[in-house]
Amino acid sequence: MPGITREEVAHLARLARLELTDEELDHFAGQLDDIIGAVARVSEVAAEDVPPTSHPLPLTNVMRADEVRPGLTAQQALSGAPAQEQQRFKVPQILGEE
Amino acid sequence: MTVTELVPYEEALAAFDPVMGLEVHVELGTKTKMFCGCATTPGAEPNSQTCPTCLGLPGSLPVVNEIGVESAIRIGLALRCEIAEWCRFARKNYFYPDMPKNFQTSQYDEPIAYDGHLDVQLEDGEVFRVGIERAHMEEDTGKSTHIGGAAGRIHGASHSLIDYNRAGIPLIEIVTKPIVGAGARAPEVARAYVAELRELIRSLGVSEARMELGQLRCDVNLSLRPHGRETFGTRSETKNVNSLRSVERAVRFEIQRHAGVLSDGGTVVQETRHFHEENGTTTSGRVKEEAEDYRYFPEPDLVPLAPAREWVEKLRAELPELPLARRNRLREEWGISAHEMQSALNAGAVDLIVATVEAGADAAAARKWWLGELARRANERGVELAGLPIAPAQVARVAALVAEGSLNDKLARQVIDGVLEGEGEPDEVVEKRGLRIVSDEGALGAAVDEAIAANQAVADKVRGGKVAAAGALVGAVMKATRGQADAARARELILERLGVSGG
Ligand SMILES: [Zn+2]
Repeated sequence: MPGITREEVAHLARLARLELTDEELDHFAGQLDDIIGAVARVSEVAAEDVPPTSHPLPLTNVMRADEVRPGLTAQQALSGAPAQEQQRFKVPQILGEE
Repeated sequence: MTVTELVPYEEALAAFDPVMGLEVHVELGTKTKMFCGCATTPGAEPNSQTCPTCLGLPGSLPVVNEIGVESAIRIGLALRCEIAEWCRFARKNYFYPDMPKNFQTSQYDEPIAYDGHLDVQLEDGEVFRVGIERAHMEEDTGKSTHIGGAAGRIHGASHSLIDYNRAGIPLIEIVTKPIVGAGARAPEVARAYVAELRELIRSLGVSEARMELGQLRCDVNLSLRPHGRETFGTRSETKNVNSLRSVERAVRFEIQRHAGVLSDGGTVVQETRHFHEENGTTTSGRVKEEAEDYRYFPEPDLVPLAPAREWVEKLRAELPELPLARRNRLREEWGISAHEMQSALNAGAVDLIVATVEAGADAAAARKWWLGELARRANERGVELAGLPIAPAQVARVAALVAEGSLNDKLARQVIDGVLEGEGEPDEVVEKRGLRIVSDEGALGAAVDEAIAANQAVADKVRGGKVAAAGALVGAVMKATRGQADAARARELILERLGVSGG
């Protein structure tokens, strides 16, 4: 039942903006299928009484007070930006020619 | 691209039954962002309110803002929702430059509030109940500036600039159940719903909910089905409809457009559409399908929320009087009709009138100024009433000056002008502009005598019993005193001088 098809890997790659060659698709589809198969074995061990969880610690309600903490200066924030303009992050054209 | 013929509104409604879904995003007024301690001060320098968490830098971890959660619960309770005993955040994955993490931290199938309703009152007093599907917590995106395209549009832009100050500010998304049965009143129901929701949000004090500042934004989903059919038609989703008037117009336009497509034997495309304020139309945005694949999964960096029942009940007990109930009470106190109250609500004036009355004005005067002169000024400036640079206490002072006879309405409007122009308090404006009414008998008497001397023919008519003709003399007095005379007293003096008793 578990597993992942080559088409699904191609779809995910497109959503993740990864350009994969046909050879890479074949390669990754096989690898990912193995990984998913391995992880799926957890379900075989976990019985009905073990609820699915998204966090390793049995914690709830971890919250902070609504108080301002110092963050980064604009210069620090932009220091890793490949390009900037007007104290803003400069990004390539969002909509291509259509 | 084919252009669809719009079907006349009445014709569209004769053939089809509209079904709406409204999604409203409310930006909370918290001091800090939803998942980090960055400030949310409006108008700050670009990228001066960020940190590794809201920039999505590796190794950073989010922590939930307690007031963000509390606000979500209070909104849920005010909308008569159930509050989840246990719920989680989820990642909504998609790529867009205004979202540095490449996912939005949101909630998916476990919203904090669900299954409620909001009663909205229409112009004629009819109450329409809108079902609430859910209210969930999420975060805002950064702000993009598009460079190189026409009028700052994304189309044709060469590149874009991003300011991440807004990225991570808490949003509550409130989603209605399908709104059916509104028929021809669908546009009105949509508008009244957003207006009522805005009032509710403000009454809770969780946001100023000012639409022109993007603090409350509405997406309008609409579909049509032939009368008598149970299943819904294909819907369009019109994004970012950002004024009450636009909500109404967008619904109306989409009804006519869908009817055009369907009557022509066509099929409605499921897509997002953009609303154009300038002409009230919508145009096609991106077609859904691919964009829908958000690959939601539970956020592994945040632990679940399990709001304690005692906390929820405490918040419920502390809810303020809700807006519709409050308006009905105020309506009684002010002695006005449901329709008049609706006008005040639509103008965003209810709280301003209340504050003006609290500052000493009588209700009729407060209503008159906010819904008349000030509404006109707000309209001219393209801002909401609350955005005008005049405070309720200042309006109350103007009303008091009119009530005591120091100002007439014309002068009062000039005082309001002065306050709006930043010339100071009403009394200062009166002083600086020399706007006191001329009622001292000497100056007024002289003006009356001059008016009579200059208009002998009219004066004779009045002497002959045509009391109505005195109006022309009052006009002359007002003109001579540049509108600063006490018109009623001038009239008395004119009639006295001409030897007739007032009528
Ligand atoms: Zn931050």
